[in-house]
Amino acid sequence: MTNSMNGKLKGVIVALLSVILGLVMGAVIMLVSGHDPIAGYSAMIQGSFGDLSYFGETLRQSTPLILTALAFAVASTAGFFNIGIEGQSLLGWLGAVWCALAFPDLPKFILLPACLIVGALFGAFWAGIAGMLKAFFNTSEVIITIMLNYIALYLSNFVIRDIITDGKDATPIIPDAASLRSPGLEQLTDYSRLHYGIIIAVLMCVIVWILMQKTTTGYELRAVGMNPFASQYAGMSTKRNIILAMVISGALAGLGGTMEGLGTFKNIFTQNSLPGLGFNGMAVSLLGGGNPFGIIAAGVLFGALKTGGLLMPTEAGVPEELVDIVIALIIFFVGASYLITYLLDKLPAKKNALKEGGE
Amino acid sequence: MNLVSTLSTVFSSALLFAAPLIFTALGGTFSERSGIVNVGLEGIMTIGAFSAIAFNLTFADTFQSATPWIAMLFAGIVGIVFALFHAVATVNLRANHIVSGTVLNLMAPALAIFLTKMMFDGKGQTAIINFNFAKVDIPFLSSIPVVGEILFKRTSLLAYIAIIVAIISWVVLYKTKFGLRLRSVGEHPLAADTLGINVYKMRYAGVLLSGFLGAIGGAVMAQSITLNFAHSTISGQGFMALAAMIFGKWNPLGAMGAAIFFGFAQSLSVIGNYIPFIQDVPSIYLKVAPYALTIIVLVGFIGKSEAPAADGETYIKAK
Repeated sequence: MTNSMNGKLKGVIVALLSVILGLVMGAVIMLVSGHDPIAGYSAMIQGSFGDLSYFGETLRQSTPLILTALAFAVASTAGFFNIGIEGQSLLGWLGAVWCALAFPDLPKFILLPACLIVGALFGAFWAGIAGMLKAFFNTSEVIITIMLNYIALYLSNFVIRDIITDGKDATPIIPDAASLRSPGLEQLTDYSRLHYGIIIAVLMCVIVWILMQKTTTGYELRAVGMNPFASQYAGMSTKRNIILAMVISGALAGLGGTMEGLGTFKNIFTQNSLPGLGFNGMAVSLLGGGNPFGIIAAGVLFGALKTGGLLMPTEAGVPEELVDIVIALIIFFVGASYLITYLLDKLPAKKNALKEGGE
Repeated sequence: MNLVSTLSTVFSSALLFAAPLIFTALGGTFSERSGIVNVGLEGIMTIGAFSAIAFNLTFADTFQSATPWIAMLFAGIVGIVFALFHAVATVNLRANHIVSGTVLNLMAPALAIFLTKMMFDGKGQTAIINFNFAKVDIPFLSSIPVVGEILFKRTSLLAYIAIIVAIISWVVLYKTKFGLRLRSVGEHPLAADTLGINVYKMRYAGVLLSGFLGAIGGAVMAQSITLNFAHSTISGQGFMALAAMIFGKWNPLGAMGAAIFFGFAQSLSVIGNYIPFIQDVPSIYLKVAPYALTIIVLVGFIGKSEAPAADGETYIKAK
């Protein structure tokens, strides 16, 4: 092995090692807190891949995460740190359900696409605000999107309580014509709640990959992300690209929330705190290295952790929060990848040094 | 209600809600002045709230009425340990500050609920504490006519302590050698390094102070408002404190002022129903106000130059 590893391979190795380290640390936490880590992880594997129905739930869980992770990836390719996905996806969820409830009599082939589009538009609009402010006033998108997250939370609760319903904490169930429910997929996975969303998510991965890698628009977005000054000098509009990146990102985030609204829950309810789609999506994107296919793999992994975690309390007596601790640890190691790359670089060097010493 | 008692209610509940925000915003100020962005304040507050409640419930018999105070300091120490994650990741391991801060936010509620379940028979929330930070009359000051009645009777002692801490923080940052060094590594770490200032050490100091103060903020929140620990004990206050810090232009006194204002806005959505004029304002406006105002201020009044120049930049020391 040479000292300078191929960058992509290195990324994959860092991701895999981060997952392993995160799981090992999780095992240590289980041991220290008096649980059996083998029983804990067996329950997790059983609960995520153990049978077809669990596997279906794993895929269902990963559906919104794949979309919110794509959202994060598109923005960060263009040099934008979108931590507003949380709010954008919540509004997307709201928009889709609202649309479905507003036009209950439309036929499915109109209503379902309309709801998906409205969900994406709600997210795009919310992200667009941050994009505009960044482009025209150069305000930090990180702070703006954090603030917008909370405004979205209260706004969504307000709309549910005071506009859609009359003081209730949840909306009625959406009409069947707007549902992503798929009897075929349910049957295939032994009656899990898996819905058409997974197909949309994978399709969006392919579309985003083509957009970013094979089109002029994607090239410009990447160029602006790498060097805004050089791109500006080369005649690209930095402002236009910043806004475009945020709008695409927000649309994907909105679509992620829509999956919960039209697929999993089929309504929307008030929340005390942000639902976590955005931050988990960000975690998936970081683990997947921002690559659409890496994101699918990471999304399924996180879906498996989350779904499998639900079986841990009953089967092994481990609180399901362990899963979120493990996820946080994995992202810690991905974020601090300098640690892993440093050790990887040191390792072969040390071996060589030993060899030389021996000769 | 007459005017004096109305004003008294307004001030005391604004201060009650402001106290946790002031402590946490001050923590954020120290961290960002040293050049480390800390979006993990929310997580630090969560850990602080959990530690304080766990300590309070466990040692209530031993320390009696001193329990909340000792629990608060204990939470501060736990906060330092928790913030160490952020310091190691951002200072030594070159992690993106936002990513590392988000790790704190993902980790804290999971860890806190996990430990709550371990310590309190598998339940996801704790019992209510017996000893809390009750509202008090502040000696001497509360006997001033009218003003004392409005500002110092049945009020939050912690808020006044927080205000004093804010003044001390301002003195530390602007009038001491330590403060000058801390600010210099946040503005221009290379120059500071050239002058012999240990950039890494100062940045550790900034982040660990934010852990201490942020966790105290969480402890105050839990022991004076929610009175137990559950999943929603800390929901957005850390981010609101971050907003207060920005609103206050990274200055301890500004952060304090903004935190009091945000506390006021938060309290209005709770006590607004009892106050004429305010009761007609839909609560959605009051809830959204702190966040919307921060955006408006960021766009309208604060130029880019207000944040410490090297805020968010990892400093890599040349060999």
